[in-house]
Amino acid sequence: VKIDANEVLRIARLAYLDLTEDEIARLEAELSSILSHVEVLGSVDTKGVAETFHPLEYGGPMREDDPRPSLGAEEATRGAPGGVPGAFLVPRIIG
Amino acid sequence: VSAFRAEWSSLLATAKALSEGPLRARELAEQSLTRARRVDALLAAFVSLRGDEILAEAEDVDRRRAAGETMGPLAGVPLVLKDNILTRGHRTTAASRILEGFVPPYDATVVARLRAAGALLLGKTNLDEFAMGSSTENSAFGPSRNPWDAQRVPGGSSGGSCVAVASGVTAGALGSDTGGSIRLPASYCGTVGLKPTYGRVSRYGLIAFGSSLDQIGPITRTVEDAALLLGVIAGHDPNDSTSSAEPVPDYLAAARSDPGGLRIGVPREWLAAEGMDSEVLAAMRAAIEATARLGIEVREVSLPHARFAIPTYYIVATAEASANLARYDGVRYGLRVPADDLTGQYRATRSRGFGAEVKRRIMLGTYVLSSGYYDAYYAQASRVRTLIRRDFTDAFREVDLLMAPTAPSPAFRIGEKADDPLAMYLSDVFTTTMNLAGVPALSLPCGFSRGGLPIGCQIIGPDFAEGTIFRAARALEESFGLADRHPALA
Repeated sequence: VKIDANEVLRIARLAYLDLTEDEIARLEAELSSILSHVEVLGSVDTKGVAETFHPLEYGGPMREDDPRPSLGAEEATRGAPGGVPGAFLVPRIIG
Repeated sequence: VSAFRAEWSSLLATAKALSEGPLRARELAEQSLTRARRVDALLAAFVSLRGDEILAEAEDVDRRRAAGETMGPLAGVPLVLKDNILTRGHRTTAASRILEGFVPPYDATVVARLRAAGALLLGKTNLDEFAMGSSTENSAFGPSRNPWDAQRVPGGSSGGSCVAVASGVTAGALGSDTGGSIRLPASYCGTVGLKPTYGRVSRYGLIAFGSSLDQIGPITRTVEDAALLLGVIAGHDPNDSTSSAEPVPDYLAAARSDPGGLRIGVPREWLAAEGMDSEVLAAMRAAIEATARLGIEVREVSLPHARFAIPTYYIVATAEASANLARYDGVRYGLRVPADDLTGQYRATRSRGFGAEVKRRIMLGTYVLSSGYYDAYYAQASRVRTLIRRDFTDAFREVDLLMAPTAPSPAFRIGEKADDPLAMYLSDVFTTTMNLAGVPALSLPCGFSRGGLPIGCQIIGPDFAEGTIFRAARALEESFGLADRHPALA
């Protein structure tokens, strides 16, 4: 598998990462090498095998849908950068 | 002042000395804090320590005990936590710049349970950023060092927790294990470390890495202490829908029962693994012989798909990580790098906040989930994961437990694998398999290399068989006779 600079940039866009020239060059080589290593999975016969997305075979226990106390808005947003109690501050979205 | 020396005392003995005397919590907290500062100066085990806070809490324990209050089983015992476990009012970093300044507004469920049992938080330990690594070199705070040889890595990602326990700061710690992050450093540092069954311990308040793989578990110097700690933190939690309602048995009683009559399987694929160090292989063979002498039947079994574990793991774990780490966008917590528009702020914050290994894994995970590649990579890995889990189901029809090396070699040198991510990933060749299958596994010191480095072996069980693992591991620990061997601090 060969990942070129354009492919690195396509993935970086999806992941919201800005990369330096140096990072792009390094990731081309590293992603190519790692993806070549995982290519062996293509050779495993998985016809008729279901996917495992989760190791639990049983469903997790469900709780009653009763309202419970939770963190208040001020406490939940206290650690947010920007310092507006009870709110998250974002750059202007609508002109 | 009592003559009690805390550093090599077990959790059980420490708790007993506190409840029955003569040890006072304040004196113990002072000893632990002094040792923590010394170990931190030498080996960089900690991200943060609690000084005056823990001394005040310890005094409070002494006061309440003197007043005749009923105390929890760990009342006054100092413990340390990997710094990806949320602690209310005490900063939690995941060793990442992107969480700069973040102070959690709530406790992880495991922390609430430890507090309810009376344990005191001494500090938060170093890790690979977001638990992504096998050496604790990928930390925004710099690498931790191995207590047996400071030029070597402690293993990762729960390196700081294992260093603290191995060097006698505390008798117990919690780590997290997504692909071996408790067991690998336990092996490199010569401690006991358990990855419980997926769902045994609540993940509420654990900073997510790979949500179908992550488990919190105990790191201790003895098997009994691991059993004690697991009993405190295990059990269903309404805040984690993936935590199991399976009852929590008396793990300590299980650890103390006779292992005779158990059957242990040795996966033949793992003794013939490529690149295995000859001293690790020799230690494994000796461990197998010791097992047979305990009246445990040992036989060879097969895990035919185990060789696909590393490629499967690095697809599944990075896919899940790329989704989990999407939340770090400079809006809700930690670092914000301002930009003109919202997406610019996302990109600027994430590019400055994440380290190289985290970016690499986000990139890999984004790629394997992206349109056109999903089926070939993520879906196929998830089907191979089914086959890997099925191997364990088949093996556990023949035997009660499995035994395997923890790592292909003892601790490597700092910097040795830093420029070769693939070589670093291969350190986890014997551990990721169990995270993919969900089954529990414990790493136990089983020998030392000629150079004086610890070597660990794993005892692996079927779902929720932690009690059976403890039962075999405690007997093996006694027969190995290594629990009293400790590193000398320079």
